Amino acid sequence: MSSPPDAREARVIPVLLLADHGLVKTTRFRRPVYVGDPINTVRILNEKEVDEIVLLDVAATPARRGPDLARVREIAGECFMPLAYGGGVRTLGDVADLIACGVEKVAVNSRAREDAGFLREAARRFGSSTLIASIDVGTRLWGRRTVRSHGGRRDTGRDPVEVAREAEDAGAGEILLTSVDRDGTGRGYDTDLVRSVADAVSVPVVACGGAGSLADLHAAFAAHASAAAAGSLFVFQGPHRAVLISYPTRDELAAAWPRGPA
Amino acid sequence: MITIVDYGMGNLASIANMLARVGAAARIASAPADVRAATKLVLPGVGAFDTGMERLVASGLVPVLRERAVEAGVPTLGICLGLQLMARSSEEGRLPGLGWIDATVGRCRDPGGAARLRVPHMGWGRVTPVRPHPLFAGIETRPRFYFVHSYHLRLARPEDLLAEAVHGAAFPAAVAIGSLLGVQFHPEKSHRDGMALLRNFAERA
Repeated sequence: MSSPPDAREARVIPVLLLADHGLVKTTRFRRPVYVGDPINTVRILNEKEVDEIVLLDVAATPARRGPDLARVREIAGECFMPLAYGGGVRTLGDVADLIACGVEKVAVNSRAREDAGFLREAARRFGSSTLIASIDVGTRLWGRRTVRSHGGRRDTGRDPVEVAREAEDAGAGEILLTSVDRDGTGRGYDTDLVRSVADAVSVPVVACGGAGSLADLHAAFAAHASAAAAGSLFVFQGPHRAVLISYPTRDELAAAWPRGPA
Repeated sequence: MITIVDYGMGNLASIANMLARVGAAARIASAPADVRAATKLVLPGVGAFDTGMERLVASGLVPVLRERAVEAGVPTLGICLGLQLMARSSEEGRLPGLGWIDATVGRCRDPGGAARLRVPHMGWGRVTPVRPHPLFAGIETRPRFYFVHSYHLRLARPEDLLAEAVHGAAFPAAVAIGSLLGVQFHPEKSHRDGMALLRNFAERA
C-alpha cells in the first residue's frame, strides 16, 4: 500500500463547525464551545494558505432545517481555497444550491443513512468528485465500532467498512470518516478505523477526529488516509485551550514527519 | 469585460470572487448578447459530463460560444468540466462534446504498482508547463494547484499541451490552442498561484 506523502504534498484540512451563533468546537460531538466568527476565521485561514476547508453546520439536522444558504454564500465568498460543506443536506436541490453558492464539495451524512439511493442520484447529477459521504463512527461498550447518524445521536448499528463500500459504490467521490469518540479529545486518530476503511475503498478517505499534534496527522497518512482533517488542533492553543486559529507551515509539518521527506 | 458563462453548472461565484480580487472586470451571464459582447470568456463547470452538455445545449449558448471562442478568437478559458466539454467525447458520458479541441476525455487510470491509485484525484498537485505561455508568466517553476476530477483530456495533438501534472500517470493539466485555453485544476481555489494565473488570463491572454 501507499506510504505517507511528503509533508509538502500532504493534504491537511481544518474542520469548522458552524452553529447558529458562530463557529464552535465540540468534544465527542457534544459541549460546543464558541470559537469565533466564521468570516474572520476563513480570512485567517486564507492568509495561512490552507489546503482546503470543511465547513459543517452542526445545528442544521437537529433543528430539522436545510443549509443556511445566505450564510454559506457569504463564507464561500471569502474562500480562496476549496470548500466542502456538510449539514442538513437532504435534497438534490440542496446540493445544487450549495454548488451555486461557491461550495466545491457537498457532504451527505444522515440523509444517506436513510436512503442509499440519494447518494447515487446526487453522484449521477453532480458528478462523484462533488460528493462526499460523511460517515460518523462511534464505539459501543464492548469496543465494536458502528456508524452513527444525526450528529452522532443515532446508532445505526452498521459496520463502517460496509457503509463506506456502499457509499463508494453509490458514487461518492470521497469519504469523510469521523470518530465520534475521539472528536475534540486530542488523543490521536482512530488509526485502526482509518486503515480498515481506507483499505476497503479506492476513493480518497479523509481522517477526522482526535488529532492533537502534527505527528497525529502523519499517523493518519500512515493508516492510508488521503487527507488529515482536524478541528481542535487548529482552533485551540495551549493546555487551557485558548482560542487561536492556527495552521502549520510546510516546514513545521516536515519537522513532525518521523523520517522526513522521501 | 470578462464573461463567466452561466449554464447552471459550477462554482461561478468562486471564479467571480477571484477575478474581482485580481482587479479584473468580470460578470456572470447567461444571455447570448452578453456572450457576444464579451472580450474574454470563462467556461466553468463542476459535475458530470452529460449533465454539463445537456445544460449547455439547453442554455442555447452553444452557437454563440462557438462563434466567439472558436471563430472570432475571443480568449476563452475552460475550467475543469468546462475544459472537458470542449473535447469531442468523454468516457464519463454518452453525449458528444463541443468538439473544439481534438481530444477525448478518459478516466484516470491506475498504472499499477505498489500504491493503489485513488480516484477521484482530489488535492493539490504540482503543475509543470511544457512551453512558455502568457498564462503561466511570472508563476514559479512548478506551481501548485487544486484538482478535483476523475477524468482528464487525452489530446490527439501533442502540440496542444501546455502543462502536465501527475496522478498515477502524467496527464494534461493545461492546454492552449491559439486563444482557446483550458485548465483541469481550479485556479479560483488555488491561492496565490491560482490568483496569478487568473490575473495573467485577465491581463495577458
